[in-house]
Amino acid sequence: MAGAVNLLAQSHPINSALSLVVVMASLAAEYLLLGAEFVAAVQVIVYAGAIMVLFLITIMLLNAGAEERTNGSRIAIRIGVPGVATGGVLIAWTLLHRADRQAFAIGALKGDPSDIARLLFHDFLLPFEVTSVLILIAIMGAVVLANRPEGVARGPRKDG
Amino acid sequence: MVPLSCYLVLSGILFVCGVLGFLIKRNIITIFMSIELMLNGVNLSFVAFAAQWHALSGQVFVFFVMVVAAAEAAVGLAIIIAVYRTRETLNVDRVNLLKL
Repeated sequence: MAGAVNLLAQSHPINSALSLVVVMASLAAEYLLLGAEFVAAVQVIVYAGAIMVLFLITIMLLNAGAEERTNGSRIAIRIGVPGVATGGVLIAWTLLHRADRQAFAIGALKGDPSDIARLLFHDFLLPFEVTSVLILIAIMGAVVLANRPEGVARGPRKDG
Repeated sequence: MVPLSCYLVLSGILFVCGVLGFLIKRNIITIFMSIELMLNGVNLSFVAFAAQWHALSGQVFVFFVMVVAAAEAAVGLAIIIAVYRTRETLNVDRVNLLKL
């Protein structure tokens, strides 16, 4: 949570990215406490590994500096902060009043990777295959988008 | 023993932080990271509910959310790179025209 607040407080994107790593790692620890070992491992690998490396590479590639204050940002702060505060108070009030106070033991769920694999490859087989197609399309789209326009003319390939 | 509402409140805090960053940040990369923060808050509530009701489907859903987030990050960062090449800025207030 401190990492999340720090993400908002920092003006430099690299510092925000590093505090996002802190948030991901603490969430992975939280999943471990909840007994979801598979999800914790995937959280570390996918988020802290892949996505954060993508973010850091982009920040360094674009040489992003501290953001400047503009007129639009002041308007956004003035309108956005009260609205979000109202929404947050509403969410917290609903959760605290409607939620049953029933506690559950730490590590109560059997989050065995074998159980998850059985569920994933038997009951959710079609969505799993569809996500593989989705991620393939996303990779192709990323390559096409990040390609330099003059690279198309230079190479023998036909892109986009 | 931790009550479910604690996890839900933490996930709500993460989500609200994401919304706040999405609204007040002007750097396009930081806005993107705020979206990731919102997805993580939702994932936490998924896992908490899965632990509450002893249903493993919640964890499978978290897996799918992560896959979609990875795909979204790849495409979004490619778009950011393309925008930066044509406009030389990362400030969303200066990206106000679809066509130069």
